Amino acid sequence: MANVLVVAEHLDGKLRKVTLPTITFAQQTAALTGGEVHVLVLGNGTDAVAAEVAKYGVSKVHFANSPVFENYLAETYAPAIVKAAQAIGATVVAAPSSTTGKDVLPRVAAKLDAGMVSDAIAVFDDGGIKFRRPLWAGNVLTTVEVVTPVKVITVRTTDFEAPAEGDAAAVEAFDAGLAAPDNAEFVSFDQVKSERPELTDAAVVVAGGRGLKSGENFQMIMNLADTLGGAVGASRAAVDSGYAPNDWQIGQTGKVVAPDLYFAVAISGAIQHLAGMKGSKTIVAINKDADAPIFQVADFGLVGDAFEIVPALTEKLKGIV
Amino acid sequence: MKILTTVKRVTDPDMKVKIKPDQSGVVTDGVEYKMNSFDEYGVEEAIKLKEAHGGEIVVVSVGPSSATKEIRTAMAMGADRGILVETDAELDSDAVARVLAEVVRRESPDIIVMGKQAVDSDRNQTGQILASYLDYPQATFAYSLEVADGWATVGREVDGGTATKRVKLPAIITADLRLNEPRYASLPGIMKAKRKPLETLSPSDLGVDIANKVNVLLFEAPEEREAGEIVEDIDTLIDRLKNKAKVL
Ligand SMILES: Cc1cc2nc3c(=O)[nH]c(=O)nc-3n(C[C@H](O)[C@H](O)[C@H](O)COP(=O)(O)OP(=O)(O)OC[C@H]3O[C@@H](n4cnc5c(N)ncnc54)[C@H](O)[C@@H]3O)c2cc1C
Ligand SMILES: Cc1cc2nc3c(=O)[nH]c(=O)nc-3n(C[C@H](O)[C@H](O)[C@H](O)COP(=O)(O)OP(=O)(O)OC[C@H]3O[C@@H](n4cnc5c(N)ncnc54)[C@H](O)[C@@H]3O)c2cc1C
Repeated sequence: MANVLVVAEHLDGKLRKVTLPTITFAQQTAALTGGEVHVLVLGNGTDAVAAEVAKYGVSKVHFANSPVFENYLAETYAPAIVKAAQAIGATVVAAPSSTTGKDVLPRVAAKLDAGMVSDAIAVFDDGGIKFRRPLWAGNVLTTVEVVTPVKVITVRTTDFEAPAEGDAAAVEAFDAGLAAPDNAEFVSFDQVKSERPELTDAAVVVAGGRGLKSGENFQMIMNLADTLGGAVGASRAAVDSGYAPNDWQIGQTGKVVAPDLYFAVAISGAIQHLAGMKGSKTIVAINKDADAPIFQVADFGLVGDAFEIVPALTEKLKGIV
Repeated sequence: MKILTTVKRVTDPDMKVKIKPDQSGVVTDGVEYKMNSFDEYGVEEAIKLKEAHGGEIVVVSVGPSSATKEIRTAMAMGADRGILVETDAELDSDAVARVLAEVVRRESPDIIVMGKQAVDSDRNQTGQILASYLDYPQATFAYSLEVADGWATVGREVDGGTATKRVKLPAIITADLRLNEPRYASLPGIMKAKRKPLETLSPSDLGVDIANKVNVLLFEAPEEREAGEIVEDIDTLIDRLKNKAKVL
């Protein structure tokens, strides 16, 4: 059967939300190929994650608990995914286009002799299954076909909704039968702990650019974000200048976000930045240069000095939200 | 230490790409090309490794004959010799990785440093596929790299923070931002690069069938966002967010 296998992501014992739009993509694909959606959860102590993901309209969840999967390594995850894909007869293997998905799926594709599509934003049937994906920083959209029987896809999760919850699917243990590799070792994961929502699923994102001139000045961006219960982002120039951590970078080579409300503060609006935020529902630009390209994509623009506007805006919003 | 690094010729990221009227590709006439930005980090890291450990840097490109320009640029930065696997075909990442795998088998480098992503096709696959074909370990999205005792310790940019991984050489490393500050090719470097050896091979010389697994059928422009309204002041902005966009 032409089943679709979704590789779930989890952190701190909880399902990562990026998995949900990936399931929607898988459901859409299975509707075209006539198969079932199966989910694979790899880790050590993943029972709760498996139970959680089973509620989202999938046919079966396979979970593997092993010390080998305690920490993510492409060298152990890839062979396990390959084994699971073969066991369930998957013709499509999908994962979120997160750093883990991007790291592991190409390895899986090579082993399955499968063609791979990165960052799929749509799947459809047009005399055969086709995918859409952006390239050149989102300036071009292409329609691609994968000619191999097995297809491997990373999914741009901002382009798919989360699936509806339903009856829980069967949950089954999966034994990948793997030993720890002798050529790769996990050393550490330094998690940025934050009270703020994750960038990729926040309803509001406030992003700052090089125009903020220092890391300290990013505090006003954080204040505005906190007032709105939003996440904080940054342009690459701000990250390069050391004003903001790399994890905040939005754009072609950073994260792709699509919140309801996006603030671009002191960001000029280079195409590589737009690639990461153009999908936002409402865009507000605050920039002192009236000719900044960001105003060409903004729904609302305010021309002026961010150092005056942002604190004043934050104060006023405190009385409202 | 023998270091292999790769360079891809890409359209200048600062130029607006145009789609051909028949939607079969992008307009290439009059387009400027340069080395993929992330490959600049890869080449720089290769030079740093050579500076620290000695050895040789081999730079490889898979592409048209004009890609010798990017190979020479890498040589001007400090690479010792070049290999162009010449093809005018538009290859997918898998085909490029299959070609590179044969080059690696011929050259047997200790480490392979690549870019994490090409800024034209934006796929972020080639390094990982290559690692898979060679059964090498991989460390992608590297922001730091240290090599000692036959292992590489790599700091990686990942969602939610940073990770550290150790991989046994030979391994594939792909470069992210912050890994280094790529140097400019100096004038003496450019002069020297002209005399450095550059071998040209074809995929068939390497015994590689370059048939693609993924075909691009259609190129389209995305829907453009319309410019909205420039508001007078903060109060108007708040009013619009509340009453027009209804996001507050
Ligand atoms: C291959 C490649 C990949 C890239 N990937 C990304 C990416 O993923 N994400 C990304 O963001 N960029 C990316 N870039 C970089 C991108 O091209 C731009 O350089 C970058 O987005 C610029 O950041 P910026 O707008 O913060 O800085 P600038 O372009 O320097 O703009 C600063 C802005 O701040 C305004 N300003 C200054 N002071 C004030 C003030 N007091 N009040 C209000 N406004 C003020 C200025 O008018 C200006 O518009 C990439 C580039 C390349 C070549
Ligand atoms: C519209 C379009 C036009 C194209 N035009 C041409 C063309 O004119 N000529 C042509 O040969 N190919 C062309 N290609 C194919 C292109 O070379 C492949 O897409 C590419 O080789 C694989 O790149 P990627 O973006 O998947 O690499 P990624 O996986 O994003 O790149 C990761 C890293 O792999 C390495 N790498 C990737 N590709 C190469 C390469 N070719 N040589 C050396 N190192 C590489 C680099 O270090 C790079 O940083 C075209 C592709 C498209 C979509």
